Amino acid sequence: MALKIVKGSIDRMFDKNLQDLVRGIRNHKEDEAKYISTCIDEIKQELKQDNIAVKANAVCKLTYLQMLGYDVSWAAFNIVEVMSSSKFTYKRIGYLAASQCFHESTDVIMLTTNQIRKDLSSPNQYDTGVALTGLSCFVTPDLARDLANDIMTLVSHGDCVKRKRCSVLIMYKVFLKYPESLRPAFPRLKEKLEDPDPGVQSAAVNVICELARRNPKNYLSLAPLFFKLMTSSTNNWVLIKIIKLFGALTPLEPRLGKKLIEPLTNLIHSTSAMSLLYECVNTVIAGQYCSSVGSVVLCVQKLRILIEDSDQNLKYLGLLAMSKILKTHPKSVQSHKDLILQCLDDKDESIRLRALDLLYGMVSKKNLMEIVKKLMLHVDKAEGTTYRDELLTKIIDICSQSNYQYITNFEWSVSQPVTPHPPGISVSWWTIRVFAVAQMATLLDNAHLLTGSMQRNGICEVLYAAAWICGEFSEHLENPLQTLEAMLRPKVATLPGHIQAVYVQNAAKLFATVLKSQEGNTDSTTAQETSQLMIDRLPLFVQSANLEVQERASCILQLVKYIQKLQQKDVEVAEEVIALFAGELNPVAPKAQKKVPVPEGLDLDAWINEPPSESESEDEQPKAIFAKEEPKHSRPRHTEVDEKELARRREARKQEQANNPFYIKASPSSQKVYQDAPGVEHIPVVQIDLSVPLKVPGLPMSDQYVKLEEERRQKERAEKKKKEKKKRKEKRSGRGKKHDSGPESEEDITPAHMVDIVTEEMPENALPSDDDDKDPNDPHKILSLHFFGPFQVVVSVIFENKCDSFLKSMEFNVLDSLNSKLQRPEGSGPHDGLTVPFQLPPGVSNEARFVFTVQSIVMPQKLKGTLTFIVKDSSTHEKLDFKLHFTCTSYLITTPCYSDAFAKLLESGDLKGSSVRLEGVNMPFHHLLARICFHHHFSVVERIDSCASMYSRSIQGHHVCLLVKTSGQTVSIDAKCDEPTLLGNVLDEIKQTFSQC
Amino acid sequence: MIKFVLMVNRQGQTRLSRYYQPVELSRRAALEADVVRCCLTRKKDQCSFVEYKDFKLVYRQYAALYIVVGVTDTENELSIYELVHNFVEVLDKYFSRVSELDIMFNLDRVHIILDEMIQNGHIVETNKSRILAPLTALDKMADG
Repeated sequence: MALKIVKGSIDRMFDKNLQDLVRGIRNHKEDEAKYISTCIDEIKQELKQDNIAVKANAVCKLTYLQMLGYDVSWAAFNIVEVMSSSKFTYKRIGYLAASQCFHESTDVIMLTTNQIRKDLSSPNQYDTGVALTGLSCFVTPDLARDLANDIMTLVSHGDCVKRKRCSVLIMYKVFLKYPESLRPAFPRLKEKLEDPDPGVQSAAVNVICELARRNPKNYLSLAPLFFKLMTSSTNNWVLIKIIKLFGALTPLEPRLGKKLIEPLTNLIHSTSAMSLLYECVNTVIAGQYCSSVGSVVLCVQKLRILIEDSDQNLKYLGLLAMSKILKTHPKSVQSHKDLILQCLDDKDESIRLRALDLLYGMVSKKNLMEIVKKLMLHVDKAEGTTYRDELLTKIIDICSQSNYQYITNFEWSVSQPVTPHPPGISVSWWTIRVFAVAQMATLLDNAHLLTGSMQRNGICEVLYAAAWICGEFSEHLENPLQTLEAMLRPKVATLPGHIQAVYVQNAAKLFATVLKSQEGNTDSTTAQETSQLMIDRLPLFVQSANLEVQERASCILQLVKYIQKLQQKDVEVAEEVIALFAGELNPVAPKAQKKVPVPEGLDLDAWINEPPSESESEDEQPKAIFAKEEPKHSRPRHTEVDEKELARRREARKQEQANNPFYIKASPSSQKVYQDAPGVEHIPVVQIDLSVPLKVPGLPMSDQYVKLEEERRQKERAEKKKKEKKKRKEKRSGRGKKHDSGPESEEDITPAHMVDIVTEEMPENALPSDDDDKDPNDPHKILSLHFFGPFQVVVSVIFENKCDSFLKSMEFNVLDSLNSKLQRPEGSGPHDGLTVPFQLPPGVSNEARFVFTVQSIVMPQKLKGTLTFIVKDSSTHEKLDFKLHFTCTSYLITTPCYSDAFAKLLESGDLKGSSVRLEGVNMPFHHLLARICFHHHFSVVERIDSCASMYSRSIQGHHVCLLVKTSGQTVSIDAKCDEPTLLGNVLDEIKQTFSQC
Repeated sequence: MIKFVLMVNRQGQTRLSRYYQPVELSRRAALEADVVRCCLTRKKDQCSFVEYKDFKLVYRQYAALYIVVGVTDTENELSIYELVHNFVEVLDKYFSRVSELDIMFNLDRVHIILDEMIQNGHIVETNKSRILAPLTALDKMADG
């Protein structure tokens, strides 16, 4: 026994390690496969041993073999064993192998969950490191779900920078596999953007960039933070990522573009890193910044420098970016034509191709001939078929762009020997037909030259068109017989099939013309000779392998034979033969075929004959004569993708979307915040949180911008205040207790004292960003992501003392609901009341503000509350009950909307509809609209007679669209909103408004 | 985002492969062969970026060894181009004048370096000494 162990360990001394394996493979170049299979056998033996060192060595070798393309999935379990070794040197090998070999369907992954969790929480930072690295490669939805929490812990509490960095990055993978984790993890991720360690920071930037690229609108609120990073970071790799992120954000927020243009141009001017320069230029081009011509000119200038550089990489990228500018600002690129033409001479094919792409867009009426001439020169010089083909295709594309609009000289274009014009060109241009036909006839005559030298690059395609033109317009030919002869040359048979078919068909047309002219001369022998020529030459085509050529040729052959017979009887046939091809062919739009209506009763899918059984139809397969053919399953035909299948796929796609973390759908407010409005000013924009001071030296523009924005807000606020005051006044002077906000609040309570509580429920000033302005330390500012955080709502309550006694020690308290909670100072319990910060002498009114946090705005809320106070004279505690009614309407903000944006919104199909009917409304239509506008914060988009469309937006960006119609005393309101619950509640409230009148 | 990093020699033999998006083993070999062919056929005076299927290849040649990085369309080519050089500089520092054999015999170590620099297909670290820190620690552990 002991001997055996010793023997085993001696054997092990001779075990191959990785180096030996590599050396061995190199020494067995001839029989590598055989050598490796023996190695694999050895490895299998090694894996059976108990010694973990041996196993690790074996796994290490397997990793190498896997890289060479050998399947090592059979060793998955052993890999897990090595992973769970307590010694780091082995563990590392196990994780490496796992990260290379494991994938989602590897079943042993289940077994690793606990091991990974253990390693993640290991005090040894290297254990954590390898676990994270490995996990990033083979994370599955199950692993993501089970380990999400551990990773989050690492992110926030990891004391080691490296661990933090890894775990931030792996969060991205976890989000992908387990989307639910994104929501709770997001605040932490955001924190990491400001981590002191650059590695962690760049990891967070990377993750957010990747998330934002797919679903940018959720990350708009991070813009100020990124702006700060952009101006402070010195790591070019990180800067590139941030600039990329802004590139994704700007289409959603045009103001961002204006703000960015300055720092971007600064970077373009100052940076020495070409990659950064390129990224900036790219973003400027792609973004909405192009309003400023100056920046485009700058970009083009910089790109010119890139293109002129001797570094091929820069040249290539310069051209690539240039082609992007071309789409929006063709003029600024056109001035660099000379440079781009130079690039056609470049040694590098990919650069030449890029330059060609550019030329395509630069063509104008003026320079077309010049450019094509240059290109033709290059065709002659070109080496390498792909490039030559590309050149020719481009020449044709350039010429035929937008239906030949640039071609001023058609005769010139037709005379270009290589331009295979589609027949369309001749059909559409009457005037040059004669000329074209003559050209084409010459071309056909010289076809042997073409076919000889240029067949390989597809030049013979031109013959296809030429043959057609000559046949169709044969009356313009000078010498039709000669052309006919040319078309029937034996050499033609070497052309591709589809060209031959056209040849044959058009030869028949030509034949008819020739007959006609010859019969006119009363010279029957020449006519018969022509027929003989046809009969002699056509059999060649009858033998063609191409079915179409064969069919056409045999048809025509029979026809000609018949004609010959008639000719021998001296019957004049020319007229009748011509009649076969009578009728002008007009240009037909490519789409025309689709528009032909299917005649009634014609079922295109129905079989004319019973379909032959599958085995018969497969002619290509040589049938075994003696063996009986097995019945085959009929192939699923394309048409059988039925409705059910489609529905199933659709469902699957939806499912996929739901699991995709970039669709944060389920949240109440992942709404379309932005409308596709035409101009910048038209867009109601969610406030960007600008409370972060933007300390950017030398950026007057952005500073100004901030200032402007602040001024605008102050103005808005002032206006709101004015409005509020007015409103209140109205109420007090009006019908006493009645007000729209809480009609029941006092009716059902008999007040002990005449204290009137006017609950002014935060109509306009409840913008969350305003709250942020007030309190920069507000914890919710971190959550100012519009889709995550709960909302803050400020309620101003006016207390009016209507009795004769002095009231003091007022305490305001509300019973919180799940959805809405009164914000109480820290340290106080959830049921404590808030002291009203003033006392009320008789007849005086004062206002106090209370902050509520509201989770969801889609439901109206009624909160019961009490106000306790002491009447000074009697020193008694009194209590007053009230109800606070948070209507859904109060979350709507009057937002103007333009009719085209409105139409787009309705078209988008994201909105769900609902409708309501109001009976017995007896008021003029404009009063009715005014009432909806006033009470429910809508604005009229468009009004036509007794029909009007209205729009409003919630503070969370839900769109609410109404279509109000009236006839007699009945009003019907069709409404659409992206949040059905909200819509239902708003409609109920509207109904209530009108039921009260 | 980076899809994969490959190191291949002029004979088309893979010396290192790292995929950041799962690719089936059976398709890896075909992909690698095709990618290598793409890069090998290019001359020295041609640029280092290739449009390949729906993504891009950025490659750099060092003696007989090619480093090919597959990136998505949104990635900045130049930054990857620089990253490749950075990677080689790190290898050079660790192996002191790195050669193809170094990479073959120390595959696991090269992987550690690569993992330090690229995680999940994203660039995370570019500082040479920080990249090498864990590896040096590991070597000390193995020695001691």
